[in-house]
Amino acid sequence: MDIFIQQVVSGLATGGIYASLALALVMIYQATDVVNFAQGELAMFATYICWSFINAGFKYWVAFLFTLAIAFVGGVVIERVLIRPVESAPILSIVMVTLGLLVICNSVAGWIWTYVQKPFPSPFSANPFKFGNIVFGAHDLGQIEVTLLVLLCIYLFFRFTPLGLAMRAAAHNPVSSRLVGIRVGWMLALGWGLAAVFGAVAGMMVAPVLTLEPNLMGGVQIYAFAAATLGGFTSPGGAVLGGFIVGVVENLVGTYVSFIGTELKFTVALAMIIVVLLVKPTGLFGSSVVKRV
Amino acid sequence: MSGRHLPRAAGLLALVLAACALPFVMTNFRLFQFSQVYIYAIAILGLNMLTGYNGQFSLGHGAFYAIGAYVSAIMMDRWNIAYGWTIPVAGVLCLIVGFLFGLPALRLEGLYLALATFSLALAVPQILKYFEHWTGGSQGIVLSKPNAPFGLKLNPDQWLYFVTLGVLVLLFWLGANLLRGRVGRAIVAIRDNHIAAEAMGINTALYKSLVFGVSAAYTGVAGALSASVIAYVAPDSFNVFLSVTLLIGSVIGGLASISGAVFGALFIQFVPNWAQDISKAAPWAIFGVFLIGFMYLMPFGIAGGIRLLWIRATRSRAQQAGRSAVPTQAHTTT
Amino acid sequence: MTALLDVQALEAFYGRTKALHGVSFSMAKGGITTILGANGAGKTTTLRAISRMVRTNGTIRFEGEALDRKATEDVVQLGIAHAPEGRGTFVHLTVEENLRLGAWARRERGGLRDDFDRVFGYFPVLRERRRQAAGTLSGGEQQMLAVARALMLRPRLLLLDEPSLGLAPLVVREIFRILRTINQTGVSILLVEQNAALALDLADHVFLLETGRVVMEGPSDVLRRDDAIRRAYLGY
Repeated sequence: MDIFIQQVVSGLATGGIYASLALALVMIYQATDVVNFAQGELAMFATYICWSFINAGFKYWVAFLFTLAIAFVGGVVIERVLIRPVESAPILSIVMVTLGLLVICNSVAGWIWTYVQKPFPSPFSANPFKFGNIVFGAHDLGQIEVTLLVLLCIYLFFRFTPLGLAMRAAAHNPVSSRLVGIRVGWMLALGWGLAAVFGAVAGMMVAPVLTLEPNLMGGVQIYAFAAATLGGFTSPGGAVLGGFIVGVVENLVGTYVSFIGTELKFTVALAMIIVVLLVKPTGLFGSSVVKRV
Repeated sequence: MSGRHLPRAAGLLALVLAACALPFVMTNFRLFQFSQVYIYAIAILGLNMLTGYNGQFSLGHGAFYAIGAYVSAIMMDRWNIAYGWTIPVAGVLCLIVGFLFGLPALRLEGLYLALATFSLALAVPQILKYFEHWTGGSQGIVLSKPNAPFGLKLNPDQWLYFVTLGVLVLLFWLGANLLRGRVGRAIVAIRDNHIAAEAMGINTALYKSLVFGVSAAYTGVAGALSASVIAYVAPDSFNVFLSVTLLIGSVIGGLASISGAVFGALFIQFVPNWAQDISKAAPWAIFGVFLIGFMYLMPFGIAGGIRLLWIRATRSRAQQAGRSAVPTQAHTTT
Repeated sequence: MTALLDVQALEAFYGRTKALHGVSFSMAKGGITTILGANGAGKTTTLRAISRMVRTNGTIRFEGEALDRKATEDVVQLGIAHAPEGRGTFVHLTVEENLRLGAWARRERGGLRDDFDRVFGYFPVLRERRRQAAGTLSGGEQQMLAVARALMLRPRLLLLDEPSLGLAPLVVREIFRILRTINQTGVSILLVEQNAALALDLADHVFLLETGRVVMEGPSDVLRRDDAIRRAYLGY
């Protein structure tokens, strides 16, 4: 039982990372029908920027916040400069641009910081938490806290601020949004900025565990796809919940099902995607778009 | 053949003849590269049929390529069957597998089909390694290049070049007939408005699954050819990157386009090499720049770009002649 | 006296197709003008042209200021509120959120509470449903919401596209009664309608569009008695 709880908590920790990245993917998909394949690589790039700040002597949380700010601006700039020129092109052409961005990010990161793995510090103490007989890693708990905090802030932002309302409106009905005076293009750019922030949080939380290298987020992105598929690509809340579920299931399956060692854990994510798509493609909380003929 | 088609047919013939002359002026390595281009072109044409003409997004065509390659490799290696026979067998097998895959795919649209095919593409190397008794596991299967038959004075690379060129011409000719006729129109109708297509009496379920099958067959044949041309198959060559590369070739060349498949194949074969020449340190960054640049300049692919230029050129000529030309709003290019 | 809205030689295009062929009209401040015409005459296109949602040639002046080079968002900020064809409700957002969005472009911040009170005064049913998702409202209620949302802007000109479409006669009459009240508070209204009887009753000035051209115009009480109009559009 103790092991079960430990694995669940550990699963929630990694789940938080998948949730953050999945939320980024879903936010952009909801507004534009485009899956941003470069989301993970942008997150990796942001993590390297944080590493550079820390290396230059900045305190962890200062570097963390600077990085979030830079990630936000970066996301906005990328949308306005790279995506906006092709926004009326066919979907696959826009996807190609995100693929191009993916390889550019990966390659440039390798060029600037080399492919040598770098250790990335965790801001949480190294001492594990003991709760009776159950041991929790401090980083796991800290990760969950940070993720929940970020998610809470975002929820409050969207629910209670005028700008958040305008962004929701722009994603949902761009034509009517223009008719109330919302500059839809800039709302999209802000969406990309926020998505970049979520990605950066995911990257900075996972880097201490996986060690920092240009291919840091490759596997994480697959899990994020699984999370978004499970929760529903049309539901931000669903994607977040999907992330936590995927994290927990991944951990539990890895622990309890004997023939699935660490390498086949990946297959679990793929199996989840296939099963969800066969049973209910729109995911747990997604809704299918009703098309008028 | 009507008078309108004569110039185009003559042009294509000239191209094929020029292609036949290449083995006598190019190095073996270059021939190998061009054989690879023809192979990619066949695979990309398959993908174009499914994603471009029929609107079903596939991020997993590398799987059919792998099936074709391994079927061919196992037949040659295990049962000593000549490479020539393995190619149609791979094609037929992939036709069946593709059709069977097309059936559950009927329930998935757009993004969801892309996700499903993406997941399968990710799983391919692992599945190949798992069945190592057949596939030789991570080590793969080493093959030997066939010699030219009838004692022709061609080395294996030259001979394989002609084989791939021949298969390309045949499959493209078949594909063109298919896509430019009734079947092609039905397929496009399904893509553009499948409810209307259904209402017109087109059996969309059957057509969609068939297109999946034929598309897989084309890509499977390409895979089988590659087994001989490269003379080696290994699981890691058939990872998700291959599927993505094929899709890139398809979009860059022009999705609903036959000639686009060749342009796309040229792009994915040669641009990475150029990128390496430009920058040793970050070659993929250069590739990414090329990719983004092409999408800015030609969002409908190279074939689409050429068609737009052609329309503008003929429109201005017609306007100069005093008439107003109505540009055709066709959804396909050639 | 500068007209509130002055349109000269307006052409409008959907792609390469021309939908308006040189429409010209003026609207006085404080009035209610209606544009009548059959399906496809170009009525909705005219409103879209003013809201800069289609490509145009010609001039459009609002209180003397040219709109031709402006974007939709700018036009809204000038005080033109557009309740579009099909209502354009944000169906997944609540009634209150829809109304809040109506005030997004307003120059004068604050006073939202007063606006809510005023709008709920016109349409009490919206107050009851304020926390409901807008998509769950009936057709009539959504039309009320569309008008209410437009009013949250404190507009000087209200563009209304077919408010009677798909609604029961009693509901339509109620809405038109409220429109008259709104007009009396100083909001000018440009109304597009297929229901000629109601429109002629409400408006003081009328334009008749046919295939993208103005074929008749004048005060509504004069046109109401015109034989051609009576036969073609009023059915008797």
